[in-house]
Amino acid sequence: MRKTMIESLLRGPLTEPPPPVDDTALAELAASVNNAARARLGRSLSIRHVDAGSCNGCELELHALSNAFYDLERFGLRFVASPRHADVLTVTGPVTVNMREALLRTYEAMPDPKWVVAIGGCAADGGLFAGGAAVVGGVKDVLPVDLTIRGCPPSPRQLLAGLLALLKV
Amino acid sequence: MMPTQTNLKVDGWLEAVDRLAAGRLTLLSLWADAPDVKMALLDETSGAVSIVGYHCRNGQYPSVGVKHPPAIRLERAIRDLHKLEAIGASDTRPWIKHTPAPYAFLPADGEALHQIAVGPVHAGIIEPGHFRFTANGEFLVRLEARLGYVHRGIEASMAGAPLDKAAMFAARASGDSTVAYGIAFALAAETALGIAAPPRAVFLRALMAELERLANHFGDIGAICNDASFSLMHAQCGILRELTLRAANDCFGHRLMMDIAVPGGVARDIAADGAAALRVLLAEVRRVFPQLIELYDNTASLQDRTVTTGIVKPEYARQFGAGGFVVRASARGVDARRLPGYAPYGDLRFDVPVLTAGDVNARVWIRIREVEQSLTLVEQIIAALPQGDLRIDLPVRGGEGLALTEAFRGDVLVWLRVGEDGRVARCHLRDASWFQWPLLETAVEGNIVADFPLCNKSFNCSYAGHDL
Repeated sequence: MRKTMIESLLRGPLTEPPPPVDDTALAELAASVNNAARARLGRSLSIRHVDAGSCNGCELELHALSNAFYDLERFGLRFVASPRHADVLTVTGPVTVNMREALLRTYEAMPDPKWVVAIGGCAADGGLFAGGAAVVGGVKDVLPVDLTIRGCPPSPRQLLAGLLALLKV
Repeated sequence: MMPTQTNLKVDGWLEAVDRLAAGRLTLLSLWADAPDVKMALLDETSGAVSIVGYHCRNGQYPSVGVKHPPAIRLERAIRDLHKLEAIGASDTRPWIKHTPAPYAFLPADGEALHQIAVGPVHAGIIEPGHFRFTANGEFLVRLEARLGYVHRGIEASMAGAPLDKAAMFAARASGDSTVAYGIAFALAAETALGIAAPPRAVFLRALMAELERLANHFGDIGAICNDASFSLMHAQCGILRELTLRAANDCFGHRLMMDIAVPGGVARDIAADGAAALRVLLAEVRRVFPQLIELYDNTASLQDRTVTTGIVKPEYARQFGAGGFVVRASARGVDARRLPGYAPYGDLRFDVPVLTAGDVNARVWIRIREVEQSLTLVEQIIAALPQGDLRIDLPVRGGEGLALTEAFRGDVLVWLRVGEDGRVARCHLRDASWFQWPLLETAVEGNIVADFPLCNKSFNCSYAGHDL
């Protein structure tokens, strides 16, 4: 163990500089995040994630945000285990009929003020699954959405650029 | 491949069920092609795959699950989605389609038992599913999973779609296995149309499949250790996973290599500097990975969590006819790349590692050994990559095809019937998870509640691939 740790220390960090903040995301958020809420939250946001029908591709890239290259937590953004601790709800997938209730309950369990980020093409508008009998549609068909990060799946850099906008508004 | 197909009357169907129950045949899948039900069967001694069909009368067919439990959930799914009833079935609860009525979890009787309900929303960034534990203090006496939360209606959406669009649905059955699904769907479609992808495409598909296996195994090995609170392995394996995905992106323009294996071949060629990027990746993995194996093997506190935890009994692995590292850690040496086998793996050298302990540790070790095999496969494929076309045009005609590919977690089955208009008439996808989820329920029995995440992660079953 010591060898691995020393080597890691000597090599220096792999962590990369952040991508420029996504302009469209900034514009989208400016409408939903007011200054008072901004002041209350400071530069720290807790994120709760719900997979409402994803193929798991978006989850893989959300996981990658915590690896050494992207290191999400350095920006004050962190994933938390309970909606009761969260300021932001990230949602992936077309919302399935079977997950609608669980998604609503998770949202309702979060304290105000709170924001919803739809992640991936399916969450944006149902994507490939739009119109299917087993899905309700995109996240916006169930919850008020403040920010959408598209992609199938969005890359960790795209995710980072979008999520950082939450701190810059 | 197009296996022999037989339509059976009641007697023949029941005889096939008896042979399954006696272990002489392995159930590859059971699905509805209304008004018929079909089973894909594997004879493991000869390697022969066959399909048997039964024409339902009044929407009914004789239950397979009543004698052969691995079919129970498949029958429940058929009932939910196709309204065909398995006569004599012991379990008639809904499975994929959820109803407002309370779900009757299976009982456990005994003194001082309590239930723990978890999900569908979990604490981590994972897929949704519900686990109902019955425990006595710390010890689990029963686990029952309830799935179906991420049912998106993939098979229904594929019906009537042109093949290229249907391939996109298949590629999103389970995002972590998008390459394996893409290849399986492409192979089934090519069989149905009586064509074969060009050799270069066949090799590029295998290259992507091995990169996908590497990325997932790195992720899994790290995540299993993380569930034993050993974050150093998680961080180090996370680096290897990221490097693999970046190399995949350099080669194919997409980190998960989605929508590249398509019917007729591949949608794009490997980038000009792709082979060079892969050689850099291989060198880095070969430099770092042995140290990580040593770290895993020499950390007593970690071994204490993984050794003898969550044992899958070989007889269950065999009975369920399951695939993947879950059963290869329990003495069952199956791998779809070998049996029934598909190109180009017949031209490549690789071992199928098998262990017998059946615990979390063995499942980690199978992955470690498979990483080593995939590294040599990537190397062999780059060296042998044929020149030539990437994709051939698809003729417009009907037909049927079946394909099995080996995803990182086990075998993916695709059965496809193409209509005369060249569109999908019916497509059935069966993830390895269908036969692995029930094994997880057996593996956690007698373990402590706190070891469930470890057991679950060492299986890493798919929810999306199962729920479709």
